[in-house]
Amino acid sequence: MALPAEHVRIQHEQTKTKQWRTKYMKNNAFRYACLASALSLGVALFSIVIFISQTGFLVFKDVSWKEFFFSATWEPFEEKYGAAVFILGTLYLTFLTLIICTPIALAIAIFIAEIAPTWLKNIMRPMLDLLVGIPSIVYGFLGLTILIPFIRETTGTLVGDGFLAAALVLTMMVLPTVTRISDDAICAVPQHLREAGYALGSTKLQVITRIVLPAARPGILTAIILGMTRAIGETMAVVMVIGNTAQFGWDLLTPTSVLTSNIVMQITNVQFDSTWNYALYMMAFLLLFISLVLIIIIRQLRPKGE
Amino acid sequence: MKDSLFHNHRKTIASAIYTNRLFHIFVTIITVTTFLLIIGLLYNILGKGLPKLSLDFLVKLPDELEAGGGIGPFLFNSFYVLILSLILSLPIGIGAGIFLAEYAPNNRFTEFVRTSVESLASVPSIVFGLFGYVLFVEYVGIGLTIIGAAITLALLNLPVLARVTEEAIQAVPQDIREASLALGATKSQTILKVVLPAALNGILTGISLVACRAFGESAIIILAGGTSTSGFMWDFNLLSQGGTLPVHLWYVQSEALVPDAKEIAEKSAAILVLIVLMISFTVRFPLWIQTLITKIKATPRKS
Repeated sequence: MALPAEHVRIQHEQTKTKQWRTKYMKNNAFRYACLASALSLGVALFSIVIFISQTGFLVFKDVSWKEFFFSATWEPFEEKYGAAVFILGTLYLTFLTLIICTPIALAIAIFIAEIAPTWLKNIMRPMLDLLVGIPSIVYGFLGLTILIPFIRETTGTLVGDGFLAAALVLTMMVLPTVTRISDDAICAVPQHLREAGYALGSTKLQVITRIVLPAARPGILTAIILGMTRAIGETMAVVMVIGNTAQFGWDLLTPTSVLTSNIVMQITNVQFDSTWNYALYMMAFLLLFISLVLIIIIRQLRPKGE
Repeated sequence: MKDSLFHNHRKTIASAIYTNRLFHIFVTIITVTTFLLIIGLLYNILGKGLPKLSLDFLVKLPDELEAGGGIGPFLFNSFYVLILSLILSLPIGIGAGIFLAEYAPNNRFTEFVRTSVESLASVPSIVFGLFGYVLFVEYVGIGLTIIGAAITLALLNLPVLARVTEEAIQAVPQDIREASLALGATKSQTILKVVLPAALNGILTGISLVACRAFGESAIIILAGGTSTSGFMWDFNLLSQGGTLPVHLWYVQSEALVPDAKEIAEKSAAILVLIVLMISFTVRFPLWIQTLITKIKATPRKS
């Protein structure tokens, strides 16, 4: 008479094992799905590097690397592909942007982290976060409609396009990012370091310059380098204010060109299988290479074990 | 001798206090001017464009030669491409973030994934654009399309999503996980039903960040989506040209022939800023209310 009960019990156990099995299968499936998504990021990066470099390196079939890197004559219609103007231009523009941006960003970060009262902090931080999201094309538009006429009036040049306008627009774009990350880095400095400084009789300035900033240095450097990667890769805002002429513009007010602006201005007008196109891809590969190197530097800056 | 030492000391203290005050004033002035400048510029954009806006402008077709054209298809494309790219990138980005935060063992492979995430985040958008161009125009051969733009844009979103998710999940306290595991939940159940809801705030903020960036992106769209649209409204075809509003702003500003190009550009810029602000606010507003409520609840009542 105990048989039916036994039967029910076995059946119950069977369904339970089944449930367990599906539960663990789901568990594993989820795990592998996450693993696959993480892998796909690596795959994406590699395919980008491979696609861009494969196309880019074809340029050296027709152009010697000496000409590409050191010649300043970019005249695709006469088969002259010297990219020195653009390479140096990109480096120079980034350098200028950082020179203008870093002191301002640091000052604002110090103000927010150390000086501002809490209610002001709570307004300023979200505002900076909002500013990060403003489209770059809008900054370019602002530069074109407000900054360039202003530069034209104050300096008396004819065009107004050039490194100065581009650097100012980029500064405005990069500033919120650099400020927020530096702000985070300064806030992450443990409070007791500051208190020790104050206890020894330091003023706020002394605490900030001799204790807080040195302690927050890796974070601030990371902020500056991240700002650099944005400045190097920014395209549309720069295109609108730089003038797009293949010549050096060291004096800040001559129309010139950088890697990104040159690529986007010319890529849509060239044949895919032409040296001209390959040269543009090589320039994109240089951009990619520079930003990867910068990321490796950031990783080195970070303390081990993080 | 002692007297003079004391005197000197007082002098250094006085000067230290003085420079400290100067420094305060200096930093405050820089911050205030920068903020005023930025707010002024944004106000300038919104003030110039918004008063002239009409619903007509938002849905009308653009005109190549005559004044009075709208931005309908571009605005539509902007949202269409944005939503498609988010649909494509959200599961993968969040999945990668979960892997890095919850599963990743401490070894070479994880290091590799982390490096790829960071490198991908720093790849210039124009390089993504060229990649999309090679892939979709040259290899697949479908030309400049909405789907090409959306997939390329998704690549731009991925690393940011992964990183934000990872950070948000790592901020979730360990005891919640342990409580869930102790109740017999599997790891995937714990993550999906306990950890993710707890990390939702951070993830949503990240998504709004990504959405703003993707909405305003133009270099990628020019190269993978083109500068024009199919030319009529509500075109859901994935293979028609995918020009978006930022691209249109650039096009109008630099190459258009219409006499009212300046006005169109001003209005488009204002709409762009407005929509970006709206995306940020709609995500942040509920979070803000929520923190406010928890704050009110947390303060002990006086009896």
